[in-house]
Amino acid sequence: MSSTIELTGVRQVFQVRDKGGRPQEFVALESLDLTVRAGELFVLVGPSGCGKSTVLDLISGLNRPAGGSIRVGGQEVTEPGLDRGFVFQQYTLLPWRTAQGNIEFALEATGGLTRRERRERARTYLELVGLTEFADRYPHELSGGMKQRVAIARSLSYEPEVLLMDEPYGALDAQTRERLQQELLAIWRRTGTTIVFITHDIDEAVFLGQRVGVMSNRPGRLKAIVDVALDHGANRDVRSTEEFARHRHHVWSLLRSDLQAADSETTAGEVGRVA
Amino acid sequence: MLPDLLLERTAAAPNIRQQEAAGVKASPRVGSRTRTLLRGLVGVILLAGIWEVAPRVGLVNDYFVPPLSQVLQAWWHLVQTGELARHVRASVVRSASGFFLAIVIAVPLGGAIAWYRSVREVLTPPLELFRNTAALALLPVFVLTLGIGETSKIAIVTYACFFPVLLNTISGVSNVDPQLLRSARVLGLSPVTTFRKVVFPAALPTIFTGIRIAGAAAVLVLIAAEMIGATAGLGYYINYAQNNYLIAPMYAAILTTAALGLGVNYGLVALERRLSRWRA
Repeated sequence: MSSTIELTGVRQVFQVRDKGGRPQEFVALESLDLTVRAGELFVLVGPSGCGKSTVLDLISGLNRPAGGSIRVGGQEVTEPGLDRGFVFQQYTLLPWRTAQGNIEFALEATGGLTRRERRERARTYLELVGLTEFADRYPHELSGGMKQRVAIARSLSYEPEVLLMDEPYGALDAQTRERLQQELLAIWRRTGTTIVFITHDIDEAVFLGQRVGVMSNRPGRLKAIVDVALDHGANRDVRSTEEFARHRHHVWSLLRSDLQAADSETTAGEVGRVA
Repeated sequence: MLPDLLLERTAAAPNIRQQEAAGVKASPRVGSRTRTLLRGLVGVILLAGIWEVAPRVGLVNDYFVPPLSQVLQAWWHLVQTGELARHVRASVVRSASGFFLAIVIAVPLGGAIAWYRSVREVLTPPLELFRNTAALALLPVFVLTLGIGETSKIAIVTYACFFPVLLNTISGVSNVDPQLLRSARVLGLSPVTTFRKVVFPAALPTIFTGIRIAGAAAVLVLIAAEMIGATAGLGYYINYAQNNYLIAPMYAAILTTAALGLGVNYGLVALERRLSRWRA
């Protein structure tokens, strides 16, 4: 159960106003080509504001691109659909429903399941993220990490072909984040879902990704794809391996050169203004 | 001694991760209910005592402010003759009809105004105009166009209840967390389902604030309207009693009005609490 995602020549433009209030075009993405293989855990990393989230919004169908095409499983994306699950950075749970109820909410959208089937399916997925005991808790009674696990369980519950994750662990503390990363790898191996994961954290990208796409800023382009696919053997501290350090450095240098380019650009601009 | 609010809000409790580790659930500190109740009773008894004693010792003129015991006697007499029930029934039917009618109109309209720009742009100026016109100022208009029967009274209650519910519905629906809307769209929910399962429950606490204000307004405006043109109802009776120097029965009717308002408010608060048990 997984689909290929193909982005060809994708361009995205937003209408904005400059400081003087004049309307302008803001080019968020420019001629972006990307193929995510079926069943792959692909991580997209880039500086903030580079258009990472825009890419996910386009794949999810929440927004339409200004140009180019987006295909999921060979089908052109025109609107959101249940073949694609989405996990947001803010845990978007319905506060008036329990953990269990929030998963059932997604299952109600799929249709074709009886109340009992929904309840059982929700149980199964709560178990998958280790929250069986917290089924009857309301979101305000859960910690950030638990809420995000419920959100992940909810997105997986309707068994989408593709799971899109937009900096899902950005707001969590380091330890919780590490545990959830492990958990995500385990879930990914069990379900075989195609996952596109967005982060600005290089360690997270290298740890999770089979391949890591590095994006550059303004306009957002795909700069390079790094093959990582670390061996996550049992109890292996992947982060302390030389391999991890090498990949980490590689991604870091790619991002760094972009930053330097941006820096020298602003400096040049300032010099220009002084002159 | 520290104020109670400070103590209660900063009281020690296991945090959520400790609860997770221990597999338990924190219980909010419950103050003694009986004590709260007793203290409340003290306040009421104090007020009753002042009302009883002040006229008797000559602090106020006992002809215009009879002692509470006489008022309660008059009240009991009104209950026995069935006169009070007649007026209460008239008032309750009118205010309840107007109140529910207002909710039925205002909630869907508020939702439409919040969801559709065109509806909002057309309706905002006239609604602003009406909103700033006092309900009672329009009473003559209602009487002239709808007569002095039930219709005009129900209409003015509806009018008074309409705006609090409408404005709160608009604000509740427009301020639903955009992230919740995004997650509804990602699930491919239809607009109707989105409204039913996401927007309405999310807006309900705000809408309920409006409903509570409307509940109070329903009783207040009705009493005033009944004083001006009616042949039954508590407002009518208060006015009638005053004109005929039935001072103790007048206070009895006023007390009944207060009790009615109190009942409506507590009923709505209890309902609201039932509907929002999920809140922190």
